[in-house]
Amino acid sequence: MIDKFQKGDPARLAKRYSSERRFQAYGAAALAISVLFLAYLIIDIGIKAWPSFFEHRVVLQFNLDPGKIDFTNVQKGDFTGLIKDSLRALFPTVTDRADKKNLTALLSVGAADDLRDQIVANPSSIGTTVNAGALLSDDADLYFKEGFSSTIKTAGKTNLQLAQTGEEYLFSGDTSQLAVGQIVRTNGGALRITSLEAGIAKAEALMVPENLNSLIPGSWDLLSLSETEAERSIDDRSTVWLEALRDKGLIEKHFAWRFFTAGDSREPELAGLRGAITGSLLTLIMTLSLSVPLGIAAAVYLEEFAPKNRWTEVIEVNINNLAAVPSIIFGLLGLAVFLNFFGLPRSAPLVGGLVLALLVLPTIIIASRAALNAVPPSIKEAALGVGASHQQAVFHHVLPLAVPGILTGTILGVARALGETAPLLMIGMVAFIVDVPKGFTEAATVLPVQIYLWSDLPEVAFQSRTAAAIIVLLVILFCLNAVAIYLRKRFERRW
Amino acid sequence: MDASPQRPVATTSPRILAARETKIVASDVNVYYGDKHAIKHLSIDIPDRAVSAFIGPSGCGKSTFLRSINRMNDTIDGCRVTGEILVDGKNIYDRDLDVVQLRARVGMVFQKPNPFPKSIFENVAYGPRIHGIAKSKTDLEEIVVNSLKKASLFEEVKDRLAHPGTGLSGGQQQRLCIARAIAVNPEIILMDEPCSALDPIASARIEELIDEIRQNYCIIIVTHSMQQAARVSQLTAFFHLGDLVEFGDTDDMFTTPKDKRTQDYITGRFG
Repeated sequence: MIDKFQKGDPARLAKRYSSERRFQAYGAAALAISVLFLAYLIIDIGIKAWPSFFEHRVVLQFNLDPGKIDFTNVQKGDFTGLIKDSLRALFPTVTDRADKKNLTALLSVGAADDLRDQIVANPSSIGTTVNAGALLSDDADLYFKEGFSSTIKTAGKTNLQLAQTGEEYLFSGDTSQLAVGQIVRTNGGALRITSLEAGIAKAEALMVPENLNSLIPGSWDLLSLSETEAERSIDDRSTVWLEALRDKGLIEKHFAWRFFTAGDSREPELAGLRGAITGSLLTLIMTLSLSVPLGIAAAVYLEEFAPKNRWTEVIEVNINNLAAVPSIIFGLLGLAVFLNFFGLPRSAPLVGGLVLALLVLPTIIIASRAALNAVPPSIKEAALGVGASHQQAVFHHVLPLAVPGILTGTILGVARALGETAPLLMIGMVAFIVDVPKGFTEAATVLPVQIYLWSDLPEVAFQSRTAAAIIVLLVILFCLNAVAIYLRKRFERRW
Repeated sequence: MDASPQRPVATTSPRILAARETKIVASDVNVYYGDKHAIKHLSIDIPDRAVSAFIGPSGCGKSTFLRSINRMNDTIDGCRVTGEILVDGKNIYDRDLDVVQLRARVGMVFQKPNPFPKSIFENVAYGPRIHGIAKSKTDLEEIVVNSLKKASLFEEVKDRLAHPGTGLSGGQQQRLCIARAIAVNPEIILMDEPCSALDPIASARIEELIDEIRQNYCIIIVTHSMQQAARVSQLTAFFHLGDLVEFGDTDDMFTTPKDKRTQDYITGRFG
């Protein structure tokens, strides 16, 4: 039977169907790949950033004796010494000068400031003995973070005899559990195995044991480190100290508010984003307050009032071209005009905002013009028809209807401005700035530049900070977008 | 420009015209869109308190001429008007004429209902507000209610004046647009195919409405429907290729057209 609906070659029909299916498959595949990459990127950044949101402190006991520290002049007080003494008191066997230095190097240089702030905030603690957390240095901090330390702890299961010959210690008995490089912790000390021959293990003291009692199962344990000492930023001795602190329950994990409240620092554990976030905010305020009114006004004029002639055509082409100019050129322009000609301050959010305003103006103008153009002309005609002037028709009817579109364009521009680095490098916003900027003319840096700066630093902890800063930047961008979408919906609902 | 001598006024003193005051006097009007000569040497007298219908095939210039009467053509780039159109003896293309004032006197209803995307109340109140017609809030409310009543829409929307005008049906929207036009108290109302986007029932309501209000206004309606022209208008003008071919009493026009082209058009031979 001949199908009535079958017209032409069935093979052709099949080809058409398969072509359609193929096209859809391509689309789905492209989408899947992008989603996969995006998910990988975000998960990777998230995992890298996670440790930066936490910090570890060691709880120390401080005797706030007014005789030792002049609490009437807290700024001058030797809190560093106080903290170092408190830590050393926990390890009385550490007497060597170099060892003492290494021990106190486990603490952050910022720990003293924390303690000072705490005492200033709570003066009644003077004269008493208080417990307070002292921030660990970046390497010590990382040691306690998952994925950064390779130390494996195993309980001692065999009986061992311990003897001492000079500086050297000897283990005999069942040494089957021991291996060279491992650290035996027992009798309040820690011994690193240096050689293992014929059932006798020679060891050196990392921490001198209190006595030479024999080892029975449970009275000792073994630290094995999969990486050699040279590969680690924490040496064996420090590992022993940190493990001892952990075993005593003195290590505390806290959320690192510091990351959001502190300015930049050379010390990763002290470095925070507040300076960069404030700088970004100030720059954005400057950018927005300049580019939005200018952009919308220019768009309204060009779209609704300007005569259509050669000049406006030239202007239009140029605006479109400006949107595609590499951003670093705007940086050069800012350097030449704002810094060199007008003599505005270097590295300031004021200049950064001006440069970024120039950068996003074309985007805002183009988007606003498109939004204005998309308003049905019948609305304008209706307004003109009841006797509204041209300006009234535009401002009462056309512009409000274009607001959602204008907002979208503005947010696109702002998102671009927020993520822009290159032009800011040219005007000196790339400097290492510790202080949180307090005004538009103070030296500042912005989030993307901060990310760029941190990514360049050698400390391992800064890698994590970099990832965390990226997360913060992304979160701010998402928030901005959410606000824009909310505003758009609101304005749309009004009609 | 076409240098042909001014043509005689196409109207031969219709009875209706004779019985009423003349509201609009157009003489030797030419409208150009760039190089295109859209209206050619048009002269016409339009009476007050009557409905005049403009008919003709698409592109014949009837809408163009309509839009010349409240200078809506000003908004179109490259549009040029010569000749003079007198409204109450005043040439509306005079330099000293304020186009906003003119449009307050010459209201317009468009082909597609185009209420503002605002509340029903705001739609009607907008005109009085910008012209400062209402002295107080109650005054404004009165104007809105009266306008809606005149546009025979009030009963349908009195409970939802705060609802958006765009939520009404097509016919209601068009009546809202008429109410909006009436609210500024115009003397002339131009209607550019007001029923072309409406179903027959909604069209009938608009026609009824036009019939109700024609005693108070000079109404000009452009329409593609000859039946509609015959039903609502007292005078009919037939346009063809930018020429005003014939203008006369509607009854005469549809029974005894004087021009061959008019006859061909109304009998459906072209258009």
